[in-house]
Amino acid sequence: MKRVFAFAVAAVMALSLVACGSKTEQPSAPATNETSDSVQVFKLGSIGPLTGGAAIYGQSVINGAKIAVDEINAAGGNIQFEFNGQDDEADGEKSVNAYNTLMDWGMQVMVGPTTTGASIAVGAQAAADRTIMLTPSASGTDVIAAGDNVFQVCFTDPNQGVGSADYIAENMAGAKVAVIYKNDDAYSQGIRDTFITESGAKGVDVVYEGTFTEDTQTDFSVQLAAAQSAGADLVFLPIYYQPASVILNQANQMGYAPTFFGVDGMDGILTMEGFDTSLAEGVMLLTPFSADAPDERTQNFVKTYQAQHGEIPNQFAADAYDGVYIMKAALEAAGCTADMSAADICEAVVAVMTQISVDGLTGQNMTWAATGEVSKAPMAVVIENGAYVLPNA
Amino acid sequence: MEFLSYLISGISLGSVYAIIALGYTMVYGIAKMLNFAHGDVIMIGGYVSFCAMFYLGLPPVVATLLAVLACTALGIIIERLAYKPLRSAPSLAVLITAIGVSYFLQNSALLIWKAAAKVYPPVIDGSAQLFDGQLKIPYISILTVFACLIIMAALSLFVSKTKMGKAMRACSEDKGAAQLMGINVDATISITFAIGSALAAIAGVLMCSAYPSLMPTTGSMPGIKAFTAAVFGGIGSIPGAFLGGLLLGIIESMAKAYISTNLANSIVFAVLIVVLLVKPAGLLGKYVPEKV
Amino acid sequence: MSAKLKRMKSHTRVNLLTYLGVTVLFVVMFYLQSAGMLKRSMAGMLIPICCYMSMAVSLNLTVGILGELSLGHAGFMSVGAFSGIIAASCLQTAIPAAGLRLVIAMVVGALFATITGFVVGTPVLRLRGDYLAIVTLAFGEIIKELINCLIVGTDEKGLHMIFNVSGAKTVEDLHLKDGGVAIIKGAQGAVGTQTIATFFAGYVLVMITLLIVLNLKHSRAGRAIMALRDNRIATESIGINVTKYKLMAFVTSAALAGAAGALYGLNFSSLQATKFNFNTSILILVFVVLGGLGNVWGSLVAAAALTILPEALREFSDYRMLVYAIVLILVMLATNNPKLKVFFSRFGKKSEKEGN
Repeated sequence: MKRVFAFAVAAVMALSLVACGSKTEQPSAPATNETSDSVQVFKLGSIGPLTGGAAIYGQSVINGAKIAVDEINAAGGNIQFEFNGQDDEADGEKSVNAYNTLMDWGMQVMVGPTTTGASIAVGAQAAADRTIMLTPSASGTDVIAAGDNVFQVCFTDPNQGVGSADYIAENMAGAKVAVIYKNDDAYSQGIRDTFITESGAKGVDVVYEGTFTEDTQTDFSVQLAAAQSAGADLVFLPIYYQPASVILNQANQMGYAPTFFGVDGMDGILTMEGFDTSLAEGVMLLTPFSADAPDERTQNFVKTYQAQHGEIPNQFAADAYDGVYIMKAALEAAGCTADMSAADICEAVVAVMTQISVDGLTGQNMTWAATGEVSKAPMAVVIENGAYVLPNA
Repeated sequence: MEFLSYLISGISLGSVYAIIALGYTMVYGIAKMLNFAHGDVIMIGGYVSFCAMFYLGLPPVVATLLAVLACTALGIIIERLAYKPLRSAPSLAVLITAIGVSYFLQNSALLIWKAAAKVYPPVIDGSAQLFDGQLKIPYISILTVFACLIIMAALSLFVSKTKMGKAMRACSEDKGAAQLMGINVDATISITFAIGSALAAIAGVLMCSAYPSLMPTTGSMPGIKAFTAAVFGGIGSIPGAFLGGLLLGIIESMAKAYISTNLANSIVFAVLIVVLLVKPAGLLGKYVPEKV
Repeated sequence: MSAKLKRMKSHTRVNLLTYLGVTVLFVVMFYLQSAGMLKRSMAGMLIPICCYMSMAVSLNLTVGILGELSLGHAGFMSVGAFSGIIAASCLQTAIPAAGLRLVIAMVVGALFATITGFVVGTPVLRLRGDYLAIVTLAFGEIIKELINCLIVGTDEKGLHMIFNVSGAKTVEDLHLKDGGVAIIKGAQGAVGTQTIATFFAGYVLVMITLLIVLNLKHSRAGRAIMALRDNRIATESIGINVTKYKLMAFVTSAALAGAAGALYGLNFSSLQATKFNFNTSILILVFVVLGGLGNVWGSLVAAAALTILPEALREFSDYRMLVYAIVLILVMLATNNPKLKVFFSRFGKKSEKEGN
């Protein structure tokens, strides 16, 4: 017994050493020898679930933001960042803890948190403290309602629901639509709500609605069978790509082949390990980001991400990457200096956010309303031979 | 026709629950502990077979065997390191340790295999068509049901006929007396864990094939459901676990189809509560009146 | 003074020290916080820690003192949290004083949790052992899903509520008048809640919880409850009403969890029902078992330590939760090691009697 205990303690020690070892190389501070008087180094924090069921989203956000920080620091401009990413397990309480930890560290600007529930909880704190908050991926409308200093990089949910319904009404008139959505997820529910409202206005025929939750997102055979017997020839999936991949697989096993229509959460499905891309043939989605886009910036980003993490980045990573650049642009426009307090930076940045326009991986000429909402155009693409193409091309 | 297809998906889901519940019930019957890490062993089994098939290109049968080996070894190691030192401790201490092991396995998987969900390559594809193609039954469902039946029959035979099985039953009745009769109680418990974990590996392969998504948290909800199924049928009883799992799956499917997809789990749990109130030891469990 | 202390019964002494310890700790923390000497990360955890302490002590009443394993304690916290949030939001204009609103919300939370505890407890407590455990788990999950379907809003005409079984209803279906606000948006949970929880309220909550649980434990009823735990049949045979005392312990525990939930819910501007899932119930159970069954101050210490631990482990970054799991396993192994137990008992510490 004693030996087992001693062994276990030794294991913990060893592990903590490993952890510490990897930790020392983590903060990506800019090279100090290049620092001249005009170079301003801001402390930039990010928050997302790095453990637990939603870990993929948080890891993408932190990784994407870190790549942008490294690029900016390597380019050696006047604005540089020191980066710190913290885990929140997609939980409001843990997210506020992570935010407080970052404030202790001296965070001046924040690109986070990742998920909607956590962002609302942190948003209230950030609004009270006057810390500028730019969430890469929390798309709920309640997020930006927290305060005038909260902004989004991604679309708000209503935006996507309306966009999808309009697209279907215009291009696929007469389709019988089934909707399968995750009703304990603010993102999915939000898109579904506006989609249904807009569908009613545009005369899109919704014949079936099925829901699922976190606990039941493994088996969709019942929902698919019901959609099939309702005669749906188009299935709208306002959900993330992981459950979507299960739906495509199970529909294939059942021999049910409607057109599937997704939103930006669907991006990433083609690069899932083990996913048979032929199943996604003909799937349509509205997405602001495509890892296949031919432009040089996207290609460089994808290459760097792949080299560092062995995976193709999804839109969360791209949103976070853009978020850092947006923050840089805003700091430049506001003329902030690194010795300013977080609250002073916040006031200065809020004043210029509605005036700047940024080109990023997820959209050209992104601009912001005073509410915090971003304006950029979603792009409808269709999957052919395992790649996104424009539907009309 | 719709009803039949809902029924089939219920039976298929139920068979997966049943296989997991069989492992739960074995361990509970002998070690008298709720092994909350069981679901996570399933997840490890899924990942091991996924790696064997996807990275090494091995055929599904070999991959399944590899997963069984890996999970059996894992089960024995967990038992040795975490549960054995607590043999004489209160049962709640073991429960909390099991939860610790569950966290450990989930977070190890997160570090090893990363957070991104993997899509499990189906071990068999396609579906059988009945009534001129009006009713389609995925082959994987048929395989799952048969695997479940075979495992249940084999386990029943093993427990009732072999020497080891007798030792297990003796341990589950009375550990002290079993020890006095010359049964190696420690070894018996270890073997029970080994069998339970091997079953978890098979369940992992079948579950991931039917519901092809693999994440570090994949095992936790099916683990809870299977625990429910085991209690439903009468925990410790092998046919009970099978019946409980199957009923649970069917109720869940029917609730989703005809009542509300929102409340499917609630309906399953409500049925469980009603059954336990009528039969406090589960459907097939033995009710042992207390003697004064 | 010390002579007086010695003359007291040992449990009275321990109880007094527990109250004193909590108060001293509160005063120190409060002083540090107002002096700005506390790190923000620590200050932010104070209220949740108070909630978890209260949760742990109240669960200890069910698990340690009554001796029944409950895996659904978070369900009561959830009921308390959401009813508390509704109460606080409805009274926002009627009662401008935040402190008073907080108290009312906590009382409402406790009230609704009491009702739920009664509804759940009446059938559940007829079962025994692991069957009881699974049924509490089932109730916890059912409560979670039911609250997930709840859509609540308020306007000048009062409270509007719909139950979203089909999943197709939204806040729009409440038909709120202009100026009305949605309080709970179904699965999206309560958003935009005013965070009126204070550390002082947390302290009061912990003290009230301690007062109720410790007094109950050492009362006539408490002795009956512990007798039930140790030998049900013998207790029944001397004419003690099993159902009454079981229900008394269970419902008290639920009510305290409800009050803790209300405080917790009003500490964050967004809260989803999924927060109070099986994992949260388990987390609280871990506090109780680690602190020692029936040992109230142990629950307090364990709740605080295990809430701070994952935050303290932040420097392990990716390995954080892995280290947490290993620490949990090692602590369980170490505290149940017979040799270590002997080692500790040598220091004359009377080990608390464990209930199993």
